[in-house]
Amino acid sequence: ISPAELASTPTEEPNGSGHLMDFLDEPFPDVGTYEDFHTIDWLREKSRDTDRHRKITSKSKESLWELIKSLLDAWSGWVVMLLIGLLSGTLAGVIDLAVDWMTDLKEGVCLTAFWYSHEQCCWTSNETTFDDRDKCPQWQKWAELMTGHAEGAGAYVLNYLLYVMWALLFSFLAVSLVRVFAPYACGSGIPEIKTILSGFIIRGYLGKWTLLIKTVTLVLAVSSGLSLGKEGPLVHVACCCGNLFCSLFSKYSKNEGKRREVLSAAAAAGVSVAFGAPIGGVLFSLEEVSYYFPLKTLWRSFFAALVAAFTLRAINPFGNSRLVLFYVEYHTPWYMAELVPFILLGVFGGLWGTLFIRANIAWCRRRKTTLLGKYPVLEVIAVTGITAVLAFPNPYTRRSTSELISELFNDCGALESSQLCDYVNNPNMSRPVDDIPDRPAGPGVYNALWQLALALVFKIVITIFTFGMKIPSGLFIPSMAVGAIAGRIVGIAVEQMAYHHHDWLIFKNWCRPGADCVTPGLYAMVGAAACLGEPRLMSFYPPIVMDFGKGLNGTSREESTPPTLATDERGPRGKAPLWAFLTQDPTRVEELEALIKDTDYKGFRVVISRESERFMGFVQGRDLPLAIRKSPFKQDGVVSSSVVYFTEDAPLLPPTNPQPLKLRRILNLSPFTVTDHTPMETVVDIFRKLGLRQCLVTRSGRLLGIITKKDVLRHMAQMMNQDPESIMFN
Amino acid sequence: MYTCIHVSLKNAKSLICDLLQNSEDIRCKCICPPYRDIEGQIYKQNVSLKDCNCLHVVEPMPVDGKDVEAYCLRCECKFEERSSATIKVTIIMYLSILGLLLLYMVYLTLLEPMLKRRLFGHSQLIQSDDDVGDQQPFANAHNVLSHSHSRPNMLNKVEHAQQRWRRQVQEQRKSVFDRHVVLS
Repeated sequence: ISPAELASTPTEEPNGSGHLMDFLDEPFPDVGTYEDFHTIDWLREKSRDTDRHRKITSKSKESLWELIKSLLDAWSGWVVMLLIGLLSGTLAGVIDLAVDWMTDLKEGVCLTAFWYSHEQCCWTSNETTFDDRDKCPQWQKWAELMTGHAEGAGAYVLNYLLYVMWALLFSFLAVSLVRVFAPYACGSGIPEIKTILSGFIIRGYLGKWTLLIKTVTLVLAVSSGLSLGKEGPLVHVACCCGNLFCSLFSKYSKNEGKRREVLSAAAAAGVSVAFGAPIGGVLFSLEEVSYYFPLKTLWRSFFAALVAAFTLRAINPFGNSRLVLFYVEYHTPWYMAELVPFILLGVFGGLWGTLFIRANIAWCRRRKTTLLGKYPVLEVIAVTGITAVLAFPNPYTRRSTSELISELFNDCGALESSQLCDYVNNPNMSRPVDDIPDRPAGPGVYNALWQLALALVFKIVITIFTFGMKIPSGLFIPSMAVGAIAGRIVGIAVEQMAYHHHDWLIFKNWCRPGADCVTPGLYAMVGAAACLGEPRLMSFYPPIVMDFGKGLNGTSREESTPPTLATDERGPRGKAPLWAFLTQDPTRVEELEALIKDTDYKGFRVVISRESERFMGFVQGRDLPLAIRKSPFKQDGVVSSSVVYFTEDAPLLPPTNPQPLKLRRILNLSPFTVTDHTPMETVVDIFRKLGLRQCLVTRSGRLLGIITKKDVLRHMAQMMNQDPESIMFN
Repeated sequence: MYTCIHVSLKNAKSLICDLLQNSEDIRCKCICPPYRDIEGQIYKQNVSLKDCNCLHVVEPMPVDGKDVEAYCLRCECKFEERSSATIKVTIIMYLSILGLLLLYMVYLTLLEPMLKRRLFGHSQLIQSDDDVGDQQPFANAHNVLSHSHSRPNMLNKVEHAQQRWRRQVQEQRKSVFDRHVVLS
């Protein structure tokens, strides 16, 4: 029975409308699906998949058509990976090109063709000079375009004003679109994806509207000059693509466990296009995001990541030389003595990470509890305004953060014209500038140093308020920027110290005059790496504890007597028991319906009879109403007074009775059980390693109660003195 | 690099050729730093990869025969390629999608309530009790539209699907923006 047929009955569709428009119908939930904001049953999904596979393999021997079908089924995994790679790469390329253009739109416009960014506009021009290699007459700033003056105070003010206005416009559009169309598109997405991949259901989080809105608003958010990156959201975009293609194949759309394998691979593709590093993507997926990661998924993830990277390369957003976002080559080795400043940079990274995490969490808490949370649009506009106003005067914050990081990573050669490379050259030298080792810093470098210091403070402060707003935002690039700035400053400091005091003990063996010894660009890279490590831990902290984090420990407190456990579960809902009897003795459909209608049981235990109470099996709370509601369509003749049975064979009934209803297929005959003496640590372990949703508790062979995953989480929250009520949805 | 698509119409062929293969899309860029009394220069030319070196690109050569080698040693030449057609198509496509979304957003938030008010009168657009704060889009949409005739055809299906979508978005908005339970 397809969901389409089920849904069409209530509205009495004429048969001619067929299945074309059925995607518009509300999908009728199938038995074995899960409710929103609940976890899946990993074991059930695994066994369903094994059953399906076994069925296909056995049928494939029957005929050639069945054999072809089995081959198609086996290959469908690779086809899905290919499609995911293609779409992710395309979307990443589109995002990169659009961000490039819109970031430059804040400052000026290309007169020959408005769709060119600054660099593209000046690509063919012959008027670029060595000192002003960015300027060309085809690309004009707004002040120059509107008033005709390029220099002067008036032009500066006008440029400033227009920069702020464009930034405000972009961020306003972004937050409005998110609010109206897809509220799930805000934030980074990585914590929620980790939650989903560990078995949680969040309907709509990886939907088509979320995909569209996230792509479109990500460009707007990054172009507005806010201190955020696009790497985290790209992972979300890739996972949405994964979810989209899963729905094409029933192998993945009907099985939540298999779907999550595909989503792991999609996450790898996302990181691969974000950084141009396929292997990095696979490692990220393996370490950070995935819960179940069988070896087969490793190869499929790599394939998806490769296809995505190749697609991005084909679109070629950066030009020939840049597929990897930050491409650097350092020619001088580093020395052991340099470990000291590297360790200092590591300490800086740790300190900054702690500061950032504490401050950001405190700010987010304030957003949740006070008036600030009621005006998300105003908040975004205000933060953008402040960012733009403070960022424009400093040339290092005015440009996009990725460009800033590239410049900081760059080694200074003869061909660089940036301020950071303004070293004093000996005019009498005969060798090319490239070859001269440590030179004293010129005024440009000192200028750059204090500007960079201001930029550092600005970035540290503003990122705390930016992350967590209701627009797509990533954390990787701002962290790297902070680290890169700090690293470069330290590198230049060490370099100048080595030049002016080359007779000190530490420098004597290492920095001989005439030898190139310190590469400030390398320090910037080390700093960026140090700072990238810390806030990544933020992604372990979902706002609600929905899953077992790696650091949570169970306690060895044994389970107390059953009444305590039961009353904990009953809690605020009063004295109603959480599960009810169903016996093997025949009951009628209408009795069951009455049972379901008034109460909301988590599950039903099926026993042999009310007297013996010997336990037979367990029925999920959600499955029973669905199975009863679906039954009239499956077995003809079933009415309200029909008898319901759970055994294999129908009970003997007089022939005048209506058709009995067999519900054995929803009965789980082998639920996991523990006794009431099992220590809590073991129970937590069982839940974590097997991926259970619920576990039955027995005492002396008789069923005592049920413990669910959320109960365990609440218990752990209580142990850690957190609020157990923060576990969602009783 | 693109190849011209063979099209039967002569005019269309030349048009597509021009669109796809822009000869300006490749260049060789040579950056030469200051040398003695010659200031730094940047040279660009549309040459292929094999001709991308100092001797072919730096024209006119600012130094004489003996110094050419020394000068060229300092220069750095890079071959770069781009696809202007891709950039154009991408940006225009992005702007059109953005424009469509903005129009739809304006329609949903401003025009539709106005139209509904005019069609159904003020009495049916009463604010529901749990709308707090500013006006929520889609707040009364499904109440109002359920009064429409039940026509069993595609239009009705589209309306129903849209209503369902709006309700989902409203649920999402409640959990993200109002109760702050998801996504902080």
